[in-house]
Amino acid sequence: MKPLEERIATQVNNLPRSGIRDFFELVLGRDDVISLGVGEPDFSAPWHIREAAIYSLEKGHTSYTSNLGLLSLREEIAEYVDQKFEVSYDSKTEILITVGVSEALDLACRALLNPGDEVIYHEPCYVSYSPSIAMSFGVAVPVETKVEDEFVLKAEDVAAKITDRTRLLLLNFPTNPTGAVEPLDELKKIAQLAVDHDLIVISDEIYSELLYGEDSGMKIGHHTSIASLPGMKERTILLHGFSKAFAMTGFRLGYSCAPQVLTEAMMKIHQYSMLCAPIMSQNAALEALKNGASEVEKMRKAYARRRNLMLKRFKEMGVPCFAPGGAFYVFPDIRKFGLSSKEFALRLLEEESVAVVPGDAFGAAGQGCVRACYATGYDQLEIALDRIEAFVRRLQS
Amino acid sequence: MNALLELLQKDARLSTSQMAERLGRTEVDVTEMLDSLVKDGAILGFHAVIDQEKIGDHHVSALIEVKLTPERDGGFDRMARRIAKFGQVTSCYLMSGGYDLAVIVEGEDLREVARFVSEKLSTLDGVISTATHFQLKVYKQSGFEASDLQEDERLPVTP
Repeated sequence: MKPLEERIATQVNNLPRSGIRDFFELVLGRDDVISLGVGEPDFSAPWHIREAAIYSLEKGHTSYTSNLGLLSLREEIAEYVDQKFEVSYDSKTEILITVGVSEALDLACRALLNPGDEVIYHEPCYVSYSPSIAMSFGVAVPVETKVEDEFVLKAEDVAAKITDRTRLLLLNFPTNPTGAVEPLDELKKIAQLAVDHDLIVISDEIYSELLYGEDSGMKIGHHTSIASLPGMKERTILLHGFSKAFAMTGFRLGYSCAPQVLTEAMMKIHQYSMLCAPIMSQNAALEALKNGASEVEKMRKAYARRRNLMLKRFKEMGVPCFAPGGAFYVFPDIRKFGLSSKEFALRLLEEESVAVVPGDAFGAAGQGCVRACYATGYDQLEIALDRIEAFVRRLQS
Repeated sequence: MNALLELLQKDARLSTSQMAERLGRTEVDVTEMLDSLVKDGAILGFHAVIDQEKIGDHHVSALIEVKLTPERDGGFDRMARRIAKFGQVTSCYLMSGGYDLAVIVEGEDLREVARFVSEKLSTLDGVISTATHFQLKVYKQSGFEASDLQEDERLPVTP
């Protein structure tokens, strides 16, 4: 018999091991660690949302739903997206409910890529972008964003990567891991590039409720979806979900909004692989959209306070850290200590029992930074920051 | 509600410097705001929310429905204030519906509460009737759920 290792498909074999996973194994089994390495809220889903899921089970709603998802939920999403993103989608034909944004991204790549097609995306980025492209036999073409530019994606850098094989442009603002928000003038230039080169844009806007505007972030910032710019709706797949703003990560629920032809193509794959998203999660999401706004704002304000704490303390420590406009991460620049991101994170874990994620786990462009998530209680954050301060002081002396 | 009060309602032990940091204000600002809230009577007091069961304190608490005869000038106010002044009364509310006052009374044991009701409360002129309900178990008080320590179930490192 052929060794099992040789049975693994080439494109799977070629996938790199996740830097997050390496780190996860180091942290696991240690109970003294304060982890700023998470990528999800510390809040549980608001009770009224959990209660809606329980009620849905009590009522015996345990069946499949339409492949696209419950129409009532799609209608509610259409209204929400119209209000929030200022783009109108037809709830019957242009919205697909998925198992998290991750599934939606996978569907979009598989539906649109032929082998060898190129996808441009910006790094540092969420860890699954490049693998999702590779699994669809596409070619991942990263554009580097830099800490010096506060991780703004420059249209000229995108333009430089466009070839005649480029099919898709994959964007994520606010960005995980940096928290960066794209300035509107740059976003417009990128939209123009997409029109000029006839590219489809996949826009992952999962963090779009968590924006920090005026008054040190206590007021919510304004979000512009690229789908709302002139000429963009017809070439954009807008991805969103419930995990971050509604603290519903474990419900695994996302959605895509896209022109009917694209939605149909994605739905084709979805119906054969997933069939539909779980009905109890869909019912919970319905409640989230109908009555969740005040809880979302409450959590956003709590994040804003923590963000300010992080920025203030890193500043006092002399660690450069730009003020992110969104999400719940800071991405401090640790190059002055002469350690790689991984060395810094490993030593911080070993010496002070604080877990952060090395920036290069999010692509080579993240080298020199670490990601610290502030979705952790304020008191815990204070302790973690005291420990980081002690560590940094030692490195400096 | 103002942001300072929101913070205090969750944790009144925060120092003024901690509150200042969380609110992005100066310590002087916070002290001034606090002083004026207390002075205006907007903040009535600060206290710990205690799970009596945890500390093995077996004193009893009762909710007493009180029906009153309203007075020509002032309705229920004079009587309600008078009842509220008793040390055993921890809360006193005017209610809509089938009775007039909800009075929460605490005592060392059943007899003490019963004595308060029969000797002090029901003998007051204007009190038409009382109905006493003893509290059996606390699930939530002042916004805090009893014994509901939630552990962080998140994986330590996730993308």
